[in-house]
Amino acid sequence: MSEKPVLELKGITKRFPGVLANDHIDLTLGKGEVHALLGENGAGKSTLMNILYGLYQPTEGEIFVNGEKVQIDSPSDSIAAGIGMVHQHFMLIPVFTVTENVMLGEEEVSAGGFLKRREAAKKITELSNRFGLDVDPNALVGDLPVGVQQRVEIIKLLYRDANILIFDEPTAVLTPQEADSLFEIMQLLIDQGKSIIFITHKLREVLDYADRITVIRRGKVIGSTVPAEADPAKLAEMMVGRAVDLDVDRNPPQVGEVVLSVKDLLVVDDQEQAAVDHVSFELHAGEILGVAGIQGNGQTELVEAITGMGKVDGGTITLLGQPVQNKPPRFITELGSAHIPEDRQRDGVVADFPIVDNLALQSYYMEPFSKGVIMQEDVMRENATKLVEQFDVRTPTIDTSVGSLSGGNQQKVIVAREFTRDIKFLVAAQPTRGIDVGSIEYIHGQIVEKRDAGVAVLLVSTELDEVMQLSDRIAVMFDGRVTAMVDARQVTKEQVGLLMAGTTAEELFGKGETQND
Amino acid sequence: MTDNNKSSEPQPKPDSGQTLIDELNKTMDGGVWQNSLRSALYPILAVFTGLVIGGIFIALTTEEVYAAFRESIFAGLGESWRTIAVAYRALFVGAIGNPAEIAAAIGAADWVAFQDAIDPFLESLVTSTPLIFAGLGVALGFRTGLFNIGAEGQLFIGATTATWVGYTFTGLPAIIHIPLALLAGFIGGGLWGYIPGWLKAKTGGHEVINTIMMNFIAIRLVEWLLRTRMQDPESQNPISPFIADSAFLPSLPFSRFHIGFFIALIFAWLTWWYLFRTKWGFTLRTVGTNPNAARYAGMNIVRATVTAMFLSGGLAGLAGANEILGLNHRLVASFTSGIGFDSIALALLGKNHPVGVVLAAILFGTLRNGATQMQLDAGIPIDIISIVQALVLAFIAAPAIVRTIYRLRDTGDDGQLVTNSWG
Repeated sequence: MSEKPVLELKGITKRFPGVLANDHIDLTLGKGEVHALLGENGAGKSTLMNILYGLYQPTEGEIFVNGEKVQIDSPSDSIAAGIGMVHQHFMLIPVFTVTENVMLGEEEVSAGGFLKRREAAKKITELSNRFGLDVDPNALVGDLPVGVQQRVEIIKLLYRDANILIFDEPTAVLTPQEADSLFEIMQLLIDQGKSIIFITHKLREVLDYADRITVIRRGKVIGSTVPAEADPAKLAEMMVGRAVDLDVDRNPPQVGEVVLSVKDLLVVDDQEQAAVDHVSFELHAGEILGVAGIQGNGQTELVEAITGMGKVDGGTITLLGQPVQNKPPRFITELGSAHIPEDRQRDGVVADFPIVDNLALQSYYMEPFSKGVIMQEDVMRENATKLVEQFDVRTPTIDTSVGSLSGGNQQKVIVAREFTRDIKFLVAAQPTRGIDVGSIEYIHGQIVEKRDAGVAVLLVSTELDEVMQLSDRIAVMFDGRVTAMVDARQVTKEQVGLLMAGTTAEELFGKGETQND
Repeated sequence: MTDNNKSSEPQPKPDSGQTLIDELNKTMDGGVWQNSLRSALYPILAVFTGLVIGGIFIALTTEEVYAAFRESIFAGLGESWRTIAVAYRALFVGAIGNPAEIAAAIGAADWVAFQDAIDPFLESLVTSTPLIFAGLGVALGFRTGLFNIGAEGQLFIGATTATWVGYTFTGLPAIIHIPLALLAGFIGGGLWGYIPGWLKAKTGGHEVINTIMMNFIAIRLVEWLLRTRMQDPESQNPISPFIADSAFLPSLPFSRFHIGFFIALIFAWLTWWYLFRTKWGFTLRTVGTNPNAARYAGMNIVRATVTAMFLSGGLAGLAGANEILGLNHRLVASFTSGIGFDSIALALLGKNHPVGVVLAAILFGTLRNGATQMQLDAGIPIDIISIVQALVLAFIAAPAIVRTIYRLRDTGDDGQLVTNSWG
């Protein structure tokens, strides 16, 4: 690391109307270094990376690559400078093959105007072997697991000779096992002379895999450190600006009556496959049942079936004594259930509507928000003012559109709306996906508070830590089935990780020990 | 990726739900006027730019200008300027009336002269009236995420049902007959909108395609009716009997101006109230803005779609009824001049807000009416105004053009989707 840095940012400032997104940020990336960029959502990480990627131009500041000043006005400038980015949401076309996806934008054609697929495929195979990526160039991207799709993204960058690789929240979509192999790949990339900027808010990963850590808060660099001198609590404090309690304090559950009973539930997807394959379980008042599983193993369909947003093809769902399979969402909501949807942008809020309206979204048609057919704006505003205060939603006004809030604050709007209704049942699907540490702490606390108040909570999360921290019992879903139902206090994170990856309960624990339900 | 970025970085963004009158009603603090001005800025610049480019077309289509240019470039420019000035002056006088004449008439307390002087202005309002109704209909559809291209057909059907009620029921007092005929127009147009709405909700059939098809059906259906059931027995032409006097909208004795304009304003207020003050309107707006969230919130999307298309068609039907009851008093085969299509443009221009729609409709009506005078006085073809309207619409649809011309900063405002039903 004595050589000159491969990338140096000096005094990068980006000003949006009314917002200072980046405030004189300095950042240095050494050759062969994994540099973790840590910060809450809205801290300015994405803005900074978009400047590097050429989507934004900095208001002030300079960028040096290998000691030379560069001007990055567009993504193509960025690629020319050897910078590449693996986006959190992949930029791949599912119906194209790996080769076609990699070639996209860099198409080389033969004299007759035909794509030189074969040459490209050969180069991809070479890269794949060299970096241990194990990608078949002829596979259709849509058929590949998420972890492999991410490796296709990495190949895209290597194909374009990128030397500086930016990973934006790369593990958000991966299983623990996939994440481990990603870190092995990152090590291989480093060994072969690449340098990596690694954006995340998962503290554990940063401490395990980064060479250096820079924390950003409110657009400013708060500090830089190395893993040896840091611990999770210290990093969290740097990110949030105050001490953060990373563990969730909980009393033992006071389990009550059965609130939700799912029997033999079958949901068939568009491809005629059983997305939820004869699932049965019971959920009691006052407990948190965590549904663990890798994305796409039927959890989404399970939640949709229970909340009335998706159809049920077989079996029964009984909520508070009422059959609710194939009932409309409003019927289920009015029984006393709340739902934090998995995709909050799509389902949970109307981004263009102000906070006031979003806070009334579930009960706008009832007293006190409506009297007769007339909506009571005063009541709605009063309600919004109160909830914004109570749930600590950071917003300039209650008339601000929800779409302009950060992810964590959007989620707080949803939590505020759902938790202040009189509820007996809560479905929380990915309640903290993509939100910052401070908000996670808050939302976790709220969920536990609801449990203690006697609400039955179904927590669906691909975040293993979250499932482990909050659940009283854990149901593991794999391939549409509940493959294990375990007491959360009697399993380790590693065991649940293996179950999520498809190991059966029998293989793991021996026969008959775990299926307690 | 940009999505992700947008959501995670705080960027100020004006609220699409918060619109002019809301804000005027709510508070009068400093930001309000600024917001209203900002939301009106693009439409105003679009109209201005449309008129400027329209001026160029006026010059380009005038023979004298070419002759002058052959003399010298200065003569050419001078002649261009003169031609445009004459044309737009005629447009202005034709649309608003001659301010000097109006002032003189008032000064002299000459009632007859005043009537003459004010007539162009009243005539503009008459032209604007059906545009207000139909524009409200299209805007209500847009607010629900529906692209109702079928205002023209709905207007035809509304005119037909209103006409039928107008000549079939006789001996009713006006106070009953007029509302009855208007209601018939509303229901007729509404049903014509309901059908594609139902098709959309039940089969997913796209409302753009189906409303266009319904336009053709409506126009042919009316032609057929006018040659058969509804034909005036005393006429050889495809024309209906006159409606009863009791169904005539009261008008001024010296002008074609009738109370339809005020009815239109009442319906603009009703539309605003419905959309922004009732829970039904909240449902429609939510369905139109984010149907997924609407479903999550337990809203019935099928019902919202069908309701919105019915109301949208009904308002367009009122435009037709208004023309029959207020002006024509009988139905002829081709009585509109594309009001249903203009209404799409002006709903966009008015940003799908009832106040905006009223202002845009008055603007379009005024331009149309003034154009007639322009044709008489300056020999400029009336079609120039169609070009101006088309340009205005293009600038509204592509705000980047306006932004480039006037070097405005991107506030992110134009990211607002008018409708999400294209996909």
